[in-house]
Amino acid sequence: MLLILLGVLILHVIILILLIVSTAASAWSVADNSGKDLWYKCSTNNGGYHCQPSSNEDWIQAVQALMILSVLFCFFSLIAFLYQLFRLVKGGRFFFTAIFQILASVFVMCGAIIYTVMRPDDGTHTNFGYAYVLAWVAFPMCLISGLIYIVLRKKE
Amino acid sequence: MLTFLALTSVALLGIVPEQSQAIAIYTGWERHALVGSDIRLSCSFFSWRWTSEDVTFSWTYRPDGSRDSISIFHYTGGAAYVDNKGPFRDRLEFVGNPGRRDGSILLKNLELNDNGTFTCDAKNPPDIVGRPSSVRLLVFEKVPIQAGVITGAIIGVVLGLLVLIVVIYYLMRFLVARRVFSLSVSKHGKKKKEGSQQRQIKV
Repeated sequence: MLLILLGVLILHVIILILLIVSTAASAWSVADNSGKDLWYKCSTNNGGYHCQPSSNEDWIQAVQALMILSVLFCFFSLIAFLYQLFRLVKGGRFFFTAIFQILASVFVMCGAIIYTVMRPDDGTHTNFGYAYVLAWVAFPMCLISGLIYIVLRKKE
Repeated sequence: MLTFLALTSVALLGIVPEQSQAIAIYTGWERHALVGSDIRLSCSFFSWRWTSEDVTFSWTYRPDGSRDSISIFHYTGGAAYVDNKGPFRDRLEFVGNPGRRDGSILLKNLELNDNGTFTCDAKNPPDIVGRPSSVRLLVFEKVPIQAGVITGAIIGVVLGLLVLIVVIYYLMRFLVARRVFSLSVSKHGKKKKEGSQQRQIKV
């Protein structure tokens, strides 16, 4: 039982770390020597490493908001899990934890979908960066973790 | 002794500003406008002298990316001369009041080519030493969204909804505990809200 608990907790922490890295790193699109989105457009040319703020279009702001919300909800669900671990009645299910975790996964999915669809098709910056991949990896992990919390019961 | 000091201070006050005075011209820093709209570029000045009858205002325009300025407006001798050959012919109007030190102009029907720097120079003889002031005009197709507005709005709305739901949940639990609403407790620990029948019976 303790092993399952530890495993679930480690999975949750890994998901939180993936979401934080995906949100904070400005590497959703990459080109030869530069990365951009969500926050900065940085490029390394012979003059050095220059960054300028990303474009202010509405869809980028929506993706920023959804990623931040997913990090927040994943964090809330971690707090709720720790709280419910000690305060739940015996045999109860971790509903609050599951709800927050599933909402977090929905937000990541929406953010990644909006980014995929609305990304402009210009010459540079045509490849997806590691932060984008991490967002897509975090989404199913988050969903599975939420479903585990629905199924999990506190030991009688 | 005191009267001597008073007289010297008054004399100094009269002399020193005259030597160090300069005309100070004020325009905006930057103006934003939409294509097709009108915009008023304001220009006023501060001078220690009274407004003279020979006060002059002149506006020059330098397009973005160009190094040449073109003169588009001049007011002198009580008459205003607007651009009749340049980029603003038939689109420029003088809306200022020189008697009140206001040399503002109105640009009508803006185009995207009107992006640039407008410089106002005012002279109030004999107070003619001063720096012209510039205002930058930015013309947009549509109003650009500032960074972070939509982000903040989405986050705020979702967190607000969350707080609202939590508050309503605890409010309902509180009201149930005070028996304002009557509930029935099912065997799995879930609470359902009954209809009004039970309330009437209880009352």
